Amino acid sequence: MNKYIKIVVIMGMLSGCATNKNTAYLSDSEMELNMKRCEKMELNFLLYREGSAGATGGKAGGGCGCN
Amino acid sequence: MIKFNLTALFIFFGIIQSLGQIFKVDSTSLYQKKNLTFSEANVLTSIYGQTGNHSGVTGGVGTEQLTDFSNTFDVKFYTQSETGIKHNLGLEIGVDLYTSASSDNIDTKVSSASSQDVRFYPSLRYNREDLKTGQTLGTHLSFSNEYDYRSFGTGVSGSWDFNKKKTSVSARANGYYDIYDLYIATGLRANTSNSNRNKGQEGSAARQSYDGSVSLSQVLSPKWQMALILDAAYQTGFLSTPFHRVYREDGSLTKEVLPTTRLKIPIGVRLNGVLTDKVMVRTFYRYFQDSWSMQSHTAHLELPVRLSPKWSVSPYGRYYQQSGNQYFGTYETLPVAQEFVTSDYDLSDLNSIMVGTGVKYNAYKSYRHFSLSNIECRVGYYSRSDGLKAWILTVGGSISGNGK
Repeated sequence: MNKYIKIVVIMGMLSGCATNKNTAYLSDSEMELNMKRCEKMELNFLLYREGSAGATGGKAGGGCGCN
Repeated sequence: MIKFNLTALFIFFGIIQSLGQIFKVDSTSLYQKKNLTFSEANVLTSIYGQTGNHSGVTGGVGTEQLTDFSNTFDVKFYTQSETGIKHNLGLEIGVDLYTSASSDNIDTKVSSASSQDVRFYPSLRYNREDLKTGQTLGTHLSFSNEYDYRSFGTGVSGSWDFNKKKTSVSARANGYYDIYDLYIATGLRANTSNSNRNKGQEGSAARQSYDGSVSLSQVLSPKWQMALILDAAYQTGFLSTPFHRVYREDGSLTKEVLPTTRLKIPIGVRLNGVLTDKVMVRTFYRYFQDSWSMQSHTAHLELPVRLSPKWSVSPYGRYYQQSGNQYFGTYETLPVAQEFVTSDYDLSDLNSIMVGTGVKYNAYKSYRHFSLSNIECRVGYYSRSDGLKAWILTVGGSISGNGK
């Protein structure tokens, strides 16, 4: 009986570890579904140098001399 | 202009001070005051350079040499009630300094005032976050000023979490009211006498932009998540660049003329995932279409690699392809009778690649009132099919509050 209890406890502990690790993956800053902060400056010049904009979380038009 | 900027700064700090007073809630039941608490501050600076020989200022045949030094600083505060409502307040100030050889060709004076300028753009953001339901509602005000352009912007946004925060829907709507001082290139200036004639300014024009966005974020598995983003932007007013020259097929010189309305529909998809314990992947694809018959495809791939708990590198590549709008023509090719014309290569048939890498140092160093979060550096090289080359170096740093 003690053997089964130990197995259940160990499985529970491993499950907890896995959950923490999984949460850690999704909360990593590299996993964010937004543009990185440093990408903002690149987006600024691309707004001018290319004819399209938008769907990046940034501007789709207006606020600058680019059209 | 400096006087105007200082006035704008004064107004912004005044608003912040007023909001600070609003959030200083006197909780009579507990006899304690809740002040704004410092959340985080970020500084970002970049230097950008480009070379090319297809400037729209000189009809698609002149130098595009340009350098730009950009700086932004933002600071965020919050206050939280006992009912689980968090109020976030953010102020951002941006200052760009640039020199442009093509702008210098607006007139015939070498190194005239048009060759360099400062762009100043503060913004103020507020959102109310319900920590229990995951609902966030926000608003913002923005302002931008440079020598020939002023913009006032405002907008609202909201986001809602579902399915134990595995699904999130967000929406936003923005409006920008812009004023363009019409500096006309030499050879195109009206033969009238007014006080601004020597500088080439012939009045001002307005431009309004409205955009709306809806996005859906979904956790697909413990290692993958994605977002679908649908935007729509509508612009109306003066959409040409007033100092762009166009040389028609008979050699005659005219101004750039573009329609006064433009509808843009970009659709984007992001997919981020974990490949191994040390390697992640960030992908982005966008399809774009507008009412000027332009279509484009953008693909971005980035591979962040964790070298140690503190250091990571993120090599990336981006490919872009656009089919030019129907109004574009190269030097001396556009028909004399064509109403809408431009020789701006930014609107031509083109493709481009951009490659680079980011390096990030996660400091996690705590001091008495704040913690040093991270320092990030990113360098990129850009090459466009018409010969334009550019590079950009960006450095950023973040500190976060310790809740005091």
